[in-house]
Amino acid sequence: MPVIQAQNLTKKFGDFTAVDGISFEVAPGESFGLLGPNGAGKSTTMRMIGGTSLRTSGSLTVLGLDPEERGPEVRASLGVVPQQDSLDEELRARDNLIVYGRYFGLPRAYLETKADELLEFAQLTEKAKAKVNALSGGMKRRLTIARGLVNEPRILLLDEPTTGLDPQARHILWDRLFRLKEQGVTLVITTHFMDEAEQLCDRLVVIDHGKIVAEGSPQALIREYSTREVVEVRFGSARNAAMEAELRGMAERIEVLPDRILLYARDGEGLLEQISRRGLNPLTSLVRRSSLEDVFLRLTGRSLID
Amino acid sequence: MSDVMAPVKERLANRPSWLAPLYAGNASAVIERGFRVIRNANWGVIATGFFEPVLYLLAMGVGMGALVGGVPGPDGREISYAMFIAPALLATSAMNGAIYDSVNNVFFKLRYSKVYEGMLQTSLGPMDVALGEIFMALFRGLLYAVGFLGVLGVMGLVTSWWALAMIPVALLIALGFASLGMAVTSFMKSFQQLDLVPMVLLPMFLFSSTLFPISVYPGWVQGVIQALPLWHGVELMRQLSIGFFSPMTLVHLSYFAGMTVLGITLVTFRLRKLFLR
Ligand SMILES: Nc1ncnc2c1ncn2[C@@H]1O[C@H](COP(=O)(O)OP(=O)(O)OP(=O)(O)O)[C@@H](O)[C@H]1O
Ligand SMILES: [Mg+2]
Repeated sequence: MPVIQAQNLTKKFGDFTAVDGISFEVAPGESFGLLGPNGAGKSTTMRMIGGTSLRTSGSLTVLGLDPEERGPEVRASLGVVPQQDSLDEELRARDNLIVYGRYFGLPRAYLETKADELLEFAQLTEKAKAKVNALSGGMKRRLTIARGLVNEPRILLLDEPTTGLDPQARHILWDRLFRLKEQGVTLVITTHFMDEAEQLCDRLVVIDHGKIVAEGSPQALIREYSTREVVEVRFGSARNAAMEAELRGMAERIEVLPDRILLYARDGEGLLEQISRRGLNPLTSLVRRSSLEDVFLRLTGRSLID
Repeated sequence: MSDVMAPVKERLANRPSWLAPLYAGNASAVIERGFRVIRNANWGVIATGFFEPVLYLLAMGVGMGALVGGVPGPDGREISYAMFIAPALLATSAMNGAIYDSVNNVFFKLRYSKVYEGMLQTSLGPMDVALGEIFMALFRGLLYAVGFLGVLGVMGLVTSWWALAMIPVALLIALGFASLGMAVTSFMKSFQQLDLVPMVLLPMFLFSSTLFPISVYPGWVQGVIQALPLWHGVELMRQLSIGFFSPMTLVHLSYFAGMTVLGITLVTFRLRKLFLR
């Protein structure tokens, strides 16, 4: 049985539709990604799963329960890492963990040891007694993530967890998430880092304007929506747009970005040779494998040509 | 994997369905947080709530009192002006404290500080948060009431042991205003709307027989004043301060009991609107 099941899930703010009838399921132990540009409706969807935002229509169950009807019970199994830290600024770092655990009804003795363990994980042991406002942005983020683990959740909702983290902290988090996954914890993740989505997600949906526009594993999405390889060429920002006409027809698809042109092809090296044979000498060029970034660009991007 | 949340989950699974979305029975965690904050907080902020009525009492009671002389008390006998206004100031400060906590503080915590957002990501429900916050507001009200009554005692302004009953009554007044205030907050959208609150409270304070007897007004104005809550609070406190009771005592008490029931009912219905968007 899926741990999360959404059908025609819809959220309107006034007459603006933020989430527009999305349906998806998340299996136990799965790591599920929500991708999409700013304002797509990812955070709103996350909040509805936690029962802190009331849906306008559609149905939603989490662990078989409706989060609107049994919010506290659903959230007892949920770890929430919101996009914007909601730390208690009137409490110190360690007290934030303890008090938060008390909200879950956890015993003090358990929380004393758990808080120390989580501070260690967040590399904030030295800052245990610091006021929240005295923490740096990344430290606050780490504390928020640590706090979301205090009740040993079965489902972890991570809304852009690594935004603002340095590379080391990001890898520590990834490592922890892999281990939680091994223990059977279900992960629901949003991120704007496509490498992170590729690393962490078994399966993901791409949302745009509140609607699901694609669904599948990262590999399947790349296969479906992109070519095997990509050639990136730069002619200098002034000439990129002008070169587009010359290059058209040489690749399966062209994407002109402000600083470079992306050419989608099966055989990248071959295409690059072809380009130089025509005497179009790019300032720099690069052949790489397609990534989720390319899928994202294709599905939601400001793609001028297709 | 052993589940640390198992006992909690089992308890929550057995909630009746009307309470299940609202209440986890864990308001005490919110209260615990409140005390933790008080412990390392700013006593200055807490102290201002105490000094305000004391300053009023000194300025008006002692200052104006010298001009005014005696005033007829609840039982018809003459009392000093300071004795006349002291109970009214206690009722007013109970009201102001409760409104400040349930309107301004709650609004700020909802929109800006994200404290409630954090709480509601856990297995707390909106009713746990509301009950915990109302309790903390009452606790602060208790501190003020005890402090103020102490000042009255020192100034020789209490003449009856019944005055001790002013403390629970101050809490009742605070509870009435706090619950209604929280319900009102659920309708508020901006800080501008928040500014309307003092525009209601200040005239109520000035007219509710706080600083002079209600008999100075024409009959219809008296009718309006008597319909408002603060007048009942003021009269009730005044009766307690000298230990004089009449059938009106019951009316005053019932007024606040009714107001509290109404407020809590309204808050319960508005809780999801207040805390969930
Ligand atoms: N409380 C609210 N009132 C009105 N509109 C809202 C509210 N919350 C979100 N929205 C709108 O709903 C849409 C979706 O917002 P949401 O926060 O879910 O986007 P998102 O996909 O998380 O974006 P981002 O990547 O920027 O975090 C946006 O257009 C936003 O303006
Ligand atoms: Mg978001």
